[in-house]
Amino acid sequence: MKATRYYAAALLIGLLGLTSQTLAAGGGEGFIQSANNELENTASLQRGARNFMNYCVGCHSMQYVRYNRIAEDLGMSEEQLRDNLIFGVDKINANVTTAMTKEQSEKWFNAVPPDLSLTGRSRGSDWIYSYLKSFYLDDSRTFGVNNKLLAGSSMPHVLWELQGLQKAVYRDEPVVDQNGKETVIKVFDRFELVEEGSMSADEFDGFVRDTTNFMEYAGEPVKLKRQSIGMMVLGFLLVLGVLSYALKVEYWKDIH
Amino acid sequence: MSDSPATVGGGRLQKLGNWVDERLGFSGFWKAHVSEYYAPKNFNFWYYFGSLALLVLVIQIVTGILLTMNYKPSAADAFASVEYIMRDVEFGWLIRYMHSTGASAFFVVIYLHMFRALMYGSYRKPRELLWVVGMFIYLVLMAEAFMGYLLPWGQMSYWGAQVIVSLFGAIPVVGDGLAEWIRGDYFISDITLNRFFAFHVIALPLVLLLLVVVHLGALHQVGSNNPDGIEIKKNKDANGIPVDGIPFHPYYSVKDFFGVVVFLGIFFLVVFFAPDGGGMFLEHANFEPADRLKTPEHIAPVWYFTPFYAILRAAPEKLMGVIAMGLAIALLFLLPWLDRSPSRSIRYRSMLSKIMLGLFALSFIALGYLGLQPVTELYTLLSRIFTVFYFVFLGTMPWWSRMGNHKPEPERVTYESH
Repeated sequence: MKATRYYAAALLIGLLGLTSQTLAAGGGEGFIQSANNELENTASLQRGARNFMNYCVGCHSMQYVRYNRIAEDLGMSEEQLRDNLIFGVDKINANVTTAMTKEQSEKWFNAVPPDLSLTGRSRGSDWIYSYLKSFYLDDSRTFGVNNKLLAGSSMPHVLWELQGLQKAVYRDEPVVDQNGKETVIKVFDRFELVEEGSMSADEFDGFVRDTTNFMEYAGEPVKLKRQSIGMMVLGFLLVLGVLSYALKVEYWKDIH
Repeated sequence: MSDSPATVGGGRLQKLGNWVDERLGFSGFWKAHVSEYYAPKNFNFWYYFGSLALLVLVIQIVTGILLTMNYKPSAADAFASVEYIMRDVEFGWLIRYMHSTGASAFFVVIYLHMFRALMYGSYRKPRELLWVVGMFIYLVLMAEAFMGYLLPWGQMSYWGAQVIVSLFGAIPVVGDGLAEWIRGDYFISDITLNRFFAFHVIALPLVLLLLVVVHLGALHQVGSNNPDGIEIKKNKDANGIPVDGIPFHPYYSVKDFFGVVVFLGIFFLVVFFAPDGGGMFLEHANFEPADRLKTPEHIAPVWYFTPFYAILRAAPEKLMGVIAMGLAIALLFLLPWLDRSPSRSIRYRSMLSKIMLGLFALSFIALGYLGLQPVTELYTLLSRIFTVFYFVFLGTMPWWSRMGNHKPEPERVTYESH
């Protein structure tokens, strides 16, 4: 009798350990900053959608997202949608595509910019937030910038007018190499602004946060609705659980 | 309560019921398998998982049918059709999350169900075939899950399938041809996707259902084991009913219903609040469409395959790994004959047996964890240690299962009424 309880307890602890491990494994690289975006913040989502349509959609599509779905979920009228978000597209239920063709992008960037519908799910909000803040000057790159999170990224620093231009500052760190010798390596320390942009650092963080928020929304538009339905389903199951337990106890009174 | 539905109601309806029953014999079936099927009264927590497995099977079939109504099994459309389901199909997201969570839930339930059999010796004579059929179900389930995982056509779908199918390539002489034959192409392609779809939605579910029927038939033929591991059929009353047996309906139907509600509570907690299971049930890389030219940094199978994947990687050489992995599953089929313990249930077994089983469960979980991790020296060493123990447990079972002091089994099952 007891042994089985030990097994059950051990199993539970093992599973909990496993889950916390995987959850913790999400972070990783040192430059990842927390996005702290709030999906419940509709105003932030609206600003994010505006940012996306102004700065991203020129090259990136969001092909699984429809314009009218954005309006519906973000509490906008069709008119607001047409005035602020839709550029050069007639149908309100059209998917968010980019005007740049595959041939053009291959010619200009040597790569096709990825579709961003699901980046919120494949990379996560923190990654997007940090990525957009991690462009730094690098003469060896075609567009003069590189990215700390995605080294060698072919994306130019689209937001440079807002953020300004920053360089990466390194510090020396003594380490012991494989042969046991002490050497000094350069370790990334921080970014330093070289040229001011039109926004302050805080304003730019807010801008990126809103954009990230919108991209997380786009990754799974139903997320908030899913959670609110979930509460009702679990509430129902709780009541059903109590009733079914009472029923079980009632029947099992006969068994001795 | 023991009335069959066919005899409920009066007058014409009852006549109609009788007319049907005389021709279909439903009331006899109902009696034999439900209302007068006697199960031991001392089932505990571990006995919920059989009925739960059946529930998950139903969830998978129903949600699976709904998914096929909008899913397109082609390399060009598969990924987009899944996103269409997630965004444009009414409650498509719920159907899809139930199906993806159901896959993991299936293995959670099955692993616990199998561990129950290990603890209480439920595979011992006369239940050997019950276990063997169950093992076939497990095998088919693995194939079903593997092929289903290719269908969303994400990066992990693609590369996971690539890695697993290439394992067949390790078999000498016929290996490469075999892998090509499975894929229907030189690499995982549209053709592979199409045939995996056919297997996933038609062929394997049919086999699975048939095996489940045989599994239940075998169970009802020999009767359920119980946590004390003694035969309740040895002790019958004047009417030939086991004194420690109670009718499945209503006692276990109401008890299992409670179990179902608790299970659904946990199931829907995941479905509604953490459908990707922290990257365990829906892997992050799988939100990127399959790209034959871009290998993901880290390829790992879904968690329910990782214990065997760790065994595969523990071997110093590929063919050896494939053999070890195959053996790790094949040996489980032989459990009924490997176990020579004088008592079935862990309750009356020696301390050695208890420790061995505990370590085996630990090894399995540890291997599952290691299979998810990138290869490092330490992890490979650990994988080897746990792999060796896995085989020591099964390989030397005929000896250690007999050793030590076994407690005497009771005459009647242990049951405290509440």
